[in-house]
Amino acid sequence: MQLIEFTDKGLFCRAGNFYIDPWKPVDYAIITHAHSDHSKSGCKNYLCHTFTKPLLQARLGDNVYETLEWNESKTINGVKVSLHPAGHIIGSSQIRVEYNNEVWVASGDYKVADDGLSGAFEPVKCNAFITESTFGLPIYTWKDQDVIFENMRNWILANKALNKSSVIIAYTLGKTQRVLKALEHFDETIYMHGATYNMHQAITNANIPLPKINAERVTPETPKEKLKACIVLAPPGAEGSTWQRKFSPMAVGVCSGWMQVRGNMRRKNVDGAFALSDHADWDGLLQAIKATGAEKVYVTHGYQSVFSRYLNEQGTWSAEVKTEYGTEDEEVTAETSEEKKEVESEELS
Amino acid sequence: MDEVQIIPEEASHITNPGGMAMFSELVTLLGSSTKTLEKQDALINYFSLADDKDKVWVIALFSGRRPRRLVNSSLLPQWCIEIKNIPGWIFSECYGSVGDMAETIALLLPDPTEEKAISSLSFYIEKLASLEKQNEFIKKDFITGCWRTMNKDERFVFNKLLTGNFRIGISQKQMVNALAKTVKLEPSVIAHRISGNWDPMTTLYDELLSEHATSIDYSKPYPFYLAYALEENPETLGDEKDWQAEWKWDGIRGEIIKRNNQLFVWSRGEELVTDKYPEYAMLQQKLPEGIVLDGEIISLTDANVQTNTFTILPFALLQTRIGRKNITSKQLKESPVGFVAYDLLEFEGEDYRNRTLEERRSLLEKIVADANEPVLRLSPVINFNNWDELAALRATSRALNAEGVMLKRKASVYQVGRKVGDWWKWKIDPLTIDAVMIYAQKGSGRRSTLYTDYTFAVKDEERLVPFTKAYSGLTDKEFAQVDSFVKRNSLEKFGPVRTVKPELVFEIAFEGIAASNRHKSGVALRFPRIKRWRKDKKADEINTLDDLKSMLSAYGK
Repeated sequence: MQLIEFTDKGLFCRAGNFYIDPWKPVDYAIITHAHSDHSKSGCKNYLCHTFTKPLLQARLGDNVYETLEWNESKTINGVKVSLHPAGHIIGSSQIRVEYNNEVWVASGDYKVADDGLSGAFEPVKCNAFITESTFGLPIYTWKDQDVIFENMRNWILANKALNKSSVIIAYTLGKTQRVLKALEHFDETIYMHGATYNMHQAITNANIPLPKINAERVTPETPKEKLKACIVLAPPGAEGSTWQRKFSPMAVGVCSGWMQVRGNMRRKNVDGAFALSDHADWDGLLQAIKATGAEKVYVTHGYQSVFSRYLNEQGTWSAEVKTEYGTEDEEVTAETSEEKKEVESEELS
Repeated sequence: MDEVQIIPEEASHITNPGGMAMFSELVTLLGSSTKTLEKQDALINYFSLADDKDKVWVIALFSGRRPRRLVNSSLLPQWCIEIKNIPGWIFSECYGSVGDMAETIALLLPDPTEEKAISSLSFYIEKLASLEKQNEFIKKDFITGCWRTMNKDERFVFNKLLTGNFRIGISQKQMVNALAKTVKLEPSVIAHRISGNWDPMTTLYDELLSEHATSIDYSKPYPFYLAYALEENPETLGDEKDWQAEWKWDGIRGEIIKRNNQLFVWSRGEELVTDKYPEYAMLQQKLPEGIVLDGEIISLTDANVQTNTFTILPFALLQTRIGRKNITSKQLKESPVGFVAYDLLEFEGEDYRNRTLEERRSLLEKIVADANEPVLRLSPVINFNNWDELAALRATSRALNAEGVMLKRKASVYQVGRKVGDWWKWKIDPLTIDAVMIYAQKGSGRRSTLYTDYTFAVKDEERLVPFTKAYSGLTDKEFAQVDSFVKRNSLEKFGPVRTVKPELVFEIAFEGIAASNRHKSGVALRFPRIKRWRKDKKADEINTLDDLKSMLSAYGK
């Protein structure tokens, strides 16, 4: 029996009788991070990182939440569990599970470059490593975020010179907070879509440190004069919506790793594209896996078949695992129904 | 390696004063800008700054010409695989995901390691041409050396020079308009000048676009005048007496030119196809000197010169001729091709395009009659007294292998490109059938990361029989939804193709149907596309193979 099994409800540790990121309601769920494809509602108990709790509360409401700090451990039915930074978004953690001298690590989503907000990814030695593969092709190699931020600021300045607003499309949890780092140089109000603003408030209210900016929610009452040549942050669902029109004249920029490929940029039909990702690129994935020293690597959501085959050919035992992850953030096509609802209600208001 | 696309505003003060870098910035911008005006400004800016030699190449590349292929298309990926040190199958996966060879390579290569001298676009093209006769190692040395000095965008356009055409988000018309703003010539004159048979390697910018053209190219065709689809009721066009109606033929648009006692045949897309249609060769004797005819290259038989009657054959027959250079006598017999003329653009060496259709038509009738050749036919004028009568005649189009009716204003001049107002195509409604999607594959270009190419099936009792593919007809939003469905409901994967749970039903529209032994279903469709997503229908409510077969017997003679 392997320490973590892949069941139709999610990753299951039989010895500890808990699930990691289950996609169906269970008794005891350990959550890697607060994106909706990794944290479903309806579980009786949630265990997550201290920073993840307020984010889950904002999304899932009141539940039984236990929290751990990174590198703090807890024993569940004789199984030792600890959390370690995954570098994906605020609070995102790899889950280390140890039982009978065997160590498994479920990484959730991760990136190896330190974004200065999410905690630096920490390699954890293990026997078996469960990795994502969202960008598991060698065409995906990221630029340093400072370079991307510089480009973004130049883009905004160029828009301003033409009296255009800059509408930046970024996922509300994760990408938006990173983009704030690029924007803190501007001494002006950053306008936010309702969904973006709510998340921003939830993080601020939880006293999680964020870049210092002055955020304001855009409402139907916001006078149009204030929005001239302004900077706006909005979630993917708002792109091309009627809500967006009030910023006209404007340029729209999208932040996503998928923007690396021209076809995606053109399909999105946007004015600016920033290949900024919260997932590891090809080299990042390989580097992370190597650092774990794992004998077995299980590959989940993304290019799992390609990536897993490559690992096997390179001499690392690997298998692909079908999960229900990868419906959120950078999965280009789908927004979560949750976010859709928020976007729609915003349009109505 | 800019992550951010070069935005139009930056282009107006392009950072690099010339050369390949400036060209790659232009291509990046044209490929990503969403606004026609911005694209136009970028082109104007380029044409006012770039050096003449580069401009000639840009005009050539953007009008569908490209340098001769220097290396076998398998070599570039091979070199890239070596440099990146990845297995070949990983490269294929990347290519499958990106959908463009030039870009895949540009993305995979490591960051540039060497400084470069600023070199012009023409330098690279001419250097590549000079290596044509050299061995593979010398070519490899040069190309991989260039890669080491170039950023991602430059590599992309450099690879495009090596691999294929520049379909980069502008039309020839947009380029012509931009040129018209930089030189003192009318767009129609420019369109004419840059069409036809010229070699960018030997043509000077001044020859191409000076106010006084010097050299004579006898083969040079006129740009076609194209019709818009008539969506409204024809009554909106006003008095029917002002309009000439003809059948809309389902062949290939073509121009036949006789000048300097030589015959030239052009097809739309500006391909010189004189040798592909030996049937036309005798027209060199029969047509007067200095003449240009506009019409349809089409499969026809039973032509009678006295009555101007003829039978149009299905497009499928013409299709067997299109790709071929060498025609066997068997093909000539089985798929005979004629020319159905409908306009006269030049007569006695004089440009007739500014005369009225009525005038051009009457002269055309005389020319066709004088030629007295079965292969050259006149597109008959449809007589009708009122719009209702024409509508009734139009309904019979399919029986004639026509696609509907053309309406041309009798007083109209012959314009350039697609213009609203004087020419309309009034097509018949397509045939339709409800089918279920069973396979999906990723698209290319703009859709390279989405499953947008689908195969559809009809049912044959319990069996599903694939009968067509369709690539277009959904909105971006619908494509995204179907893509998401495909990703969640794939049953198996064969290379790039996924078999999908047969659940989504679509109405497929098509223009014609023909028998085919190459297809499992026994039929081949003409212009299949998705008409709409039938979310209201379940997979067991789709049409059957028998339905298809009865369409075949009704329309597919």
